Amino acid sequence: MSGRARARLLPWAPALTIACLLGPVVAGLAGVVAPAFGWYPALGGTEWSLAPWAALADWPGLRTAMRLSVVTALAATAISFGATVLICAAWHGTRTFRAIERLLSPLLSVPHAAAALGLAFLIAPSGWVARAVSPWATGWERPPDVLILGDPWGLSLIAGLVAKEVPFLLLMTLAAMGQIPVRRSVLTAETQGYGRATAWIKTVLPRVYPQIRLPVFAVLAFSASVVDVALILGPTTPAPLAVQVLDWLGDPDLSLRFRAAAGAVLQLALVLACLGAWWAGERIAARVGRAWIWSGGRGRGEPVLKVLSGAAAALSASAVLVGLAGLALWSFAGFWAFPDALPETLSLRTWERQGGGLLERAGVTAGIAIAATAISLLLVLACLEAEERHGIRPGTRALWLLYVPLIVPQATFVTGLQTLAVATGTGGTLAAVVAAHAVFVLPYVFLSLADPFRAWDGRMGLVAASLGAGPDRILWRVRLPMLLRPVLTAAAVGIAVSVGQYLPTLLIGLGRVSTLTTEAVALSSGGDRRLIGLYALAQTALPFAGFALAIAVPNAVFRNRRAMQEAG
Amino acid sequence: MIRSRSLAVAALALAAPAAAQQVDPADWDAVLAAAEGQTVYWNAWGGDPRLNDYITWAGDRVAEEYGVEVEHVKLSDTATAVSTVLSERSAGQDEDGSIDLIWLNGENFAAMKENDLLFGPWAEDLPNWALLDPEANPALTEDFTVPVEGLEAPWSMAQVVFYYDSARVDEPPTTIPALLDWTEENPGRFGFPQPPDFLGSTFLKQALLGLAEDTGPLYAPVDEADYEAVTAPLWTYMEALTPVLWRQGQAYPQSGPAQHQLVADGEIDIAISFNPGEASAAIANFELPESVRTFVLDGGTLGNASFVAIPYNASATAGAMVVANFLLSAEAQARKQDPAHLGVPTVLDVADLPEEDRALFEEIELGVATLAPEELGETLPEPHPSWMERIEEDWERRFGTGTP
Repeated sequence: MSGRARARLLPWAPALTIACLLGPVVAGLAGVVAPAFGWYPALGGTEWSLAPWAALADWPGLRTAMRLSVVTALAATAISFGATVLICAAWHGTRTFRAIERLLSPLLSVPHAAAALGLAFLIAPSGWVARAVSPWATGWERPPDVLILGDPWGLSLIAGLVAKEVPFLLLMTLAAMGQIPVRRSVLTAETQGYGRATAWIKTVLPRVYPQIRLPVFAVLAFSASVVDVALILGPTTPAPLAVQVLDWLGDPDLSLRFRAAAGAVLQLALVLACLGAWWAGERIAARVGRAWIWSGGRGRGEPVLKVLSGAAAALSASAVLVGLAGLALWSFAGFWAFPDALPETLSLRTWERQGGGLLERAGVTAGIAIAATAISLLLVLACLEAEERHGIRPGTRALWLLYVPLIVPQATFVTGLQTLAVATGTGGTLAAVVAAHAVFVLPYVFLSLADPFRAWDGRMGLVAASLGAGPDRILWRVRLPMLLRPVLTAAAVGIAVSVGQYLPTLLIGLGRVSTLTTEAVALSSGGDRRLIGLYALAQTALPFAGFALAIAVPNAVFRNRRAMQEAG
Repeated sequence: MIRSRSLAVAALALAAPAAAQQVDPADWDAVLAAAEGQTVYWNAWGGDPRLNDYITWAGDRVAEEYGVEVEHVKLSDTATAVSTVLSERSAGQDEDGSIDLIWLNGENFAAMKENDLLFGPWAEDLPNWALLDPEANPALTEDFTVPVEGLEAPWSMAQVVFYYDSARVDEPPTTIPALLDWTEENPGRFGFPQPPDFLGSTFLKQALLGLAEDTGPLYAPVDEADYEAVTAPLWTYMEALTPVLWRQGQAYPQSGPAQHQLVADGEIDIAISFNPGEASAAIANFELPESVRTFVLDGGTLGNASFVAIPYNASATAGAMVVANFLLSAEAQARKQDPAHLGVPTVLDVADLPEEDRALFEEIELGVATLAPEELGETLPEPHPSWMERIEEDWERRFGTGTP
């Protein structure tokens, strides 16, 4: 492409990106709303009707499934948000907080399914926690018959979601805090006698919250419609609505697809209802909070707060990390009876036997992740450069568009996309899966790259221009090399997001595209902890390698560029 | 796995315009010739790692021997494959379909046959068909009462057995009513996979066969019987059993193999299986303790054959037949019966095999937890598939959606 052609195309990049984000969502919604009202010509549905809704209402588990989705979502989001706020308030600016910050990347790189599998092994009645205290403390020679995994209230499911969402919300809060004079605000309040944590909550939180509101909404929507974590930790008699929709989609009785479509639309309504409830909660919290701030209380019980929030942080991080360690151990275990805390023998057999299939799936997973990330990176860079050269700046409204694919539940629009993929014959191809992943990867790449890109010191560009470099040359030879660290970090985030995708891979790949994640979730029903351990570990290793490279490569490239070493 | 099927097909069409779409199963040399270079997408339940290993091995062998590549498409539920073929037909894709071979039986076979979604008849033309004795083994020609008519080739026998940990249970219960008594005395120590998992549904059928006054109506379509009356004893029984099941019936193992972990951990003592060799195989794989043994019920247990079938719109019909024929070979069947690999009973008529083939089977060590063939007792034929659907639905309504 010549420079002029690019110059003409570049202004279109933002529009193209928005089309890439919204196109699939809109198409997917159309693909699911039509069958929900009886329109599905391939299956003989050529008249609009409410029959799918009647069939849905007839299903005896509907009320329980709906309640599960809503309660899980609200509880998981409220707990994650509360823990995040308390951790920031009680610990910000301390050495512990910096340790927490360092733990964030590894925690974020653990896919949801792997974290859930690790947690399952920890908290099951036959899990590591019970083994560690048995039989000497509990007297259990055999696991107690208590319902922990798959409990009908969804408590395990909520715990699994919280363990993964706290790191995400912490990261988002940290980014938001970077734009606020936190230290000054807290210091001023402290001089007036406020406790540290109270000062943070009263002076910083009201300014941070508007910036993390969209991520909170994304967490809420995700929790309401999650499938992979629900398959591992959630109840089955009945399962939450999103899981049930997936079951109906796979049924040989094709008439159930109408019911599935109605269920998927209902899922969207549930998510909207949850968002509405949260929004109402925000109003109330704002009113109550303002009164509380005005009341001028200087804060009591801060040490308790500190201990509690510290415990919450430690618990949620160790749930993920110790769970994974347990699974790693299982992958090398010979026979491992209850209540032994360690296996009788260790063996490489699982790795030897399954290594080939594992490598093949790791290859497919990495290929899809790299392709989807490359596409996203290209679009995001084009958008940001168009903003720079042509002044096409997104307003705050446009930021909402980024979140559309993260808030409209996957269980709704990916279901519709599958119908379209089958109809067009693209279902089951790697290309279609890559495209579907890109829809979810792009927003995260944009969010993590936009700020560093905009923060680049424009004087460097001026110097280059005065030496005769055109805008292309400035971009490729000066700006991007200097932004190598944030670009690679954004790529690592993108890869982590892609590796974790379960539903889009399964539905758009028609079950034929097998990744580490689809395999790990499929194996979870088989209960072979050796294999589950192997796949959960591999599933975690891939994104982790991405983050490690994003740190190591700039260090190597910039090893004799002192000013670049601390950049980013 | 790089899969760009339409491209591959297009390339093939350019290179070999004469490649016949539908081959004549009776002309085996032509089948072999057409099969060479084909890739067979075999859709098979992928929930058992050892079975997956076996399929990989079989794929390697047919690649060596006949130049046919096998791609195992792992399903979590075979119904997905039926649904794929149906969707392809609704979309008008009558050739170059995405599935070449399906492992199935029972309701999925009945659904495909009824909807004319199968290629054939072809199975009785396979050279290795001669190694079977369909007269002595009616399960080979009637799949859950539905006549097979050469539309699918058998590859495994299955029979319901139970396994238990003899370190914790002295005398396992050997009738369906005795199982309830035992579970009431040992609450939480028995469980079965959640229907509609096929093993869970099988437990319901096995229980019904052990409780029904007259099992005759079960062998005709459910519409022809008084469903409520026939199944009433089953629901009375399940009302009593469910509260004393593992987790009080509020959660269930999600598959057959998931029971291994539960027995190994000591959560449950008795589990159901469709494979008489499963316990020995799982012991060898460190998944079960060495004290596990197998037992069957007095009065017989359900048995059936598993088959492979070819969809009407398969792309590699010849290759699929070559794979099916290999699966019937003494080599493939003996490996499958060996607990070191799978421990699944053969479909072959071993007594009538040629000397050296028979030797392959005689060498196998069945394993400490496997019953000898004569100890397996009577095999009860599978009820008509329509019963399974009704019972699954009914179970879901009564027990699968009832939590607060």
